[in-house]
Amino acid sequence: MNKKMITEQLGFWTLRLCVGLVGLILLLILFDIVSKGIGTISWRFLTQPPKNGMTEGGIFPAIVGTFFVTILTAVLAVPLGMGCAIYLNEYADDNIFTRIIRMSIRNLSGVPSIVYGLFGVVLFVQMMRIGTCLLASGLTLGLMTLPWTITASEEALKNVPQSYRDGALALGATKWQAIKTNVLPYSISGMLTGTILGLARAAGETAPILFTGAAFFLPFLPKSLFEQFMALPYHLYIMATQHHAIETVRPIAYATALVLIVLICSMNMFAVVLRYKLRKRKKE
Amino acid sequence: MKIKEKLIHGLFLFNGLLVVFILIGIFSLLVFTAIPAFKEINIKEFLFSSNWNPTSYVKETYGIGAMLVSTIMVTAGALLLAVPIGIGAAAYLSDVASPKIREIVKPIIEILAGIPSVVIGFLGIVFVGPVISKTFGLPNGLNAVNGSILLGVMALPTIISLSEDALSSVSKTYSDASLALGATRWQTVIKVKIPAALSGVIAACMLGMGRAIGETMTVLMATGCAPAMPRSYLDSVRTMTSTIAIELGEVPYYTTHYYALFAVGLVLFIMTFCVNMTSDIILHKYQGKRV
Repeated sequence: MNKKMITEQLGFWTLRLCVGLVGLILLLILFDIVSKGIGTISWRFLTQPPKNGMTEGGIFPAIVGTFFVTILTAVLAVPLGMGCAIYLNEYADDNIFTRIIRMSIRNLSGVPSIVYGLFGVVLFVQMMRIGTCLLASGLTLGLMTLPWTITASEEALKNVPQSYRDGALALGATKWQAIKTNVLPYSISGMLTGTILGLARAAGETAPILFTGAAFFLPFLPKSLFEQFMALPYHLYIMATQHHAIETVRPIAYATALVLIVLICSMNMFAVVLRYKLRKRKKE
Repeated sequence: MKIKEKLIHGLFLFNGLLVVFILIGIFSLLVFTAIPAFKEINIKEFLFSSNWNPTSYVKETYGIGAMLVSTIMVTAGALLLAVPIGIGAAAYLSDVASPKIREIVKPIIEILAGIPSVVIGFLGIVFVGPVISKTFGLPNGLNAVNGSILLGVMALPTIISLSEDALSSVSKTYSDASLALGATRWQTVIKVKIPAALSGVIAACMLGMGRAIGETMTVLMATGCAPAMPRSYLDSVRTMTSTIAIELGEVPYYTTHYYALFAVGLVLFIMTFCVNMTSDIILHKYQGKRV
């Protein structure tokens, strides 16, 4: 083996080490949370509200709250995201307007989540006078998710071959008819895949809901959009840093983290499997 | 029929423009809510003083110097960790790994990207913190090192996947030419592919940096949040994001303190905006060159 080969092998092993390290980090994270959280998980933990100053009981209201707020996020971000993607991919010409729109999307996805929180406080809580509630949080998270759903939806639209559109147009269909019958049916599942990934990220966000509606503790579920709610990520934050007996509630914090991770990973897995199946189908 | 088509087109156009309105809306609401703060605070003092004490009984002071330094410290620390590992992993995925390994590693990176910041912050308290306090003999491990490590982990997926995109899109003729001249694969990766993809790789690192600057929950939980000017990486730091997160919940609306927090938010917005724009410009220059 000459010197060149040795350098190459050394180099490649350094690169392998980098990837190995990334894998190891994920493994450590998952192992720590799962091994210390699994013991507290029980049916009662998942279906009961917190009790005795949040030192006992479960996290049911937080699970339900996260579920509700994620649905609200989807209601805002999914249709608007798809609409914007359809405009960019199907209608827009390559001009200055389009470039400004694209630039805005990239910048919106880089705006810190806490800044979305500030925006939500001013616009929804104060200017629109809806107060700190489920709706205000959902809208704030929806705005934050929008750039992700747009990018994902556009990706799906790009994968539809141009000939599908041309075929419909050649038969005399209008542009919208061509989109409706020949583009959307073939891209909708791809759009959903990317959208689910975006929503999974939104479900785990804490900063935007800190000041727009998440509550420290509520024994009941929210009955309307204008009530405060508990959320899993916020509950974990409280249990990890704000509780008066931090050491006693550590197991609850671990279990909350586990539930949150399982929730988000299963949303991600669902999307990844869906995408894998789509790719396979396309290849055939 | 024609009117209907026009209407639909208009609707989608409006939908497209909405994102521009949102971006302008965020910026202008921040500006308008931050302006009243400067009726009472000297701008110079706000930017350069490191004395942030809005609840003092004697004299309230609003200087973001210490937070600015804290934010820069943890971001720099995070990049120091994430950039070499991230680029290494990206180079492995694009040039060394077999397709099968790539299929395994990609979901790993996606899962890592999907772990919520609050969970990472929690691990900073219960896992990284104790390790740091034992290693350095400190009473607790909630400091800038902890924040840097966690932010580094959070920036990794962004840096890896975008750098890998950049490396993969380098024209195959480049590496073919290099290999034909007798260079090894390693030499090709280091001397041809990475330089050719450099602008894309830099753009990826800058996006990772933007994420680190704006990250809230992780630093809020894992850095201890002492409001003093940090002297070393083993000191507790309080970034701009965590200051907003800690104090906004407690201040009454429409007070100078409230407005000042929006001014901090504005500074944060401008910083991330500049980082993202720079990354964008670098990326576009490079895309232009490739064509």
